[in-house]
Amino acid sequence: MTEPLIHARDVTLAFGETPALRGAELAVEAGEILAIMGPSGSGKSTLLHCLAGILTPDSGEIRFDGRRIDNLGEQERSALRRDSFGFVFQFGQLVPELTAEENVALPLLLSGQRRAAALQRARGWFPKLGLDGLEARRSGELSGGQAQRVALARGLVAEPRVLFADEPTGALDSLTGEQVMDLMVGCARDQGTTVVLVTHEARIAAYADREAIVRDGRATSMSGRPTS
Amino acid sequence: MSVPLTLLGLLEREPSHGYDLKRDYDAFFGRGKPLPFGQVYATLGRLARDGKVVVGEPEAGDGPDRKRYVITETGATEFEDWLREPVAAEPHLQTVLFSKVVLALMLGRDAETYLDTQRSAHLRRMRELTEIKRSGSLVDALLADHGLFHLESDLRWIDLTAARLDALAAEVAKR
Repeated sequence: MTEPLIHARDVTLAFGETPALRGAELAVEAGEILAIMGPSGSGKSTLLHCLAGILTPDSGEIRFDGRRIDNLGEQERSALRRDSFGFVFQFGQLVPELTAEENVALPLLLSGQRRAAALQRARGWFPKLGLDGLEARRSGELSGGQAQRVALARGLVAEPRVLFADEPTGALDSLTGEQVMDLMVGCARDQGTTVVLVTHEARIAAYADREAIVRDGRATSMSGRPTS
Repeated sequence: MSVPLTLLGLLEREPSHGYDLKRDYDAFFGRGKPLPFGQVYATLGRLARDGKVVVGEPEAGDGPDRKRYVITETGATEFEDWLREPVAAEPHLQTVLFSKVVLALMLGRDAETYLDTQRSAHLRRMRELTEIKRSGSLVDALLADHGLFHLESDLRWIDLTAARLDALAAEVAKR
């Protein structure tokens, strides 16, 4: 049996006196799209942030690709996030001073690519996501759906092993949200990116291969079709 | 889905042969459950008997049925009345889901596990419908959406009920 790409074991984390995670267990297979669901305050976003190396658990361990990452220093975790992970959040992700194509190119620039090459690669994402002609716009000149598609391109441009998406459609209307999900799933499958998606909306979770339910800081239920 | 009223609606668009009615019905409303020819002609026969359609003279053609059906004033009025009338907003106060939860609590069974199992089943069906939506036509997508929204509303009920199970168990125990 192969080891999961990401494996959280008995993860606990408290914010002051308030426990957020209480022994959460989760395994994510390479190439799958997993939806983490649960009520508000259940700990689902906290779990995602721990899996992505943004938050450090108080106890337990998190492994990525066979390597323990919860005990890495900030610099190593930062490098891991930059080189292996992509992110899409609900709000305020685009840098307002940059154009859409510069925003998409940002992860490439941060990992040391030359500007011209990074921008060229970034531009390649615009037709894929129906964003043709919007390359030079700034975030204030984009609709919510367009901005989220730019954010999606930025999350995927460096071909990360894992895309972490925290309520990526939470600020969008139903139709726009589903268009973003359709593109996310299509692009992730095309490039073999694993997706860990936090959502409280069942219709959004239905784009995933399976779901994990987080309740009271524990991943209490997992189901879905086996991934191929 | 009312077959007679749907056929009247298709005839309101234009007079048609039975074959064309079946083809259009299957394309838009059948969705994997085609209308048998026998049912098409039996329904058209009843509509004709009740004065809602009239049958034209047989026409020369390749197939056995070349009779054209035309909607009457009575048929058109009935169809318009049906179209204007909203579908009953049923309260669904006694759904199977509700009954199972209450019975599970009454019998001291694990209602939470039942709700979790039901949630998984709903989500599995939602994944199937989402796949149909992603790979199918616009008509497929709209029908899948209808199913998805209904399943989603059930799921919201499941989540809310799961959060209220302790209170509901106390309520059930009182009686």
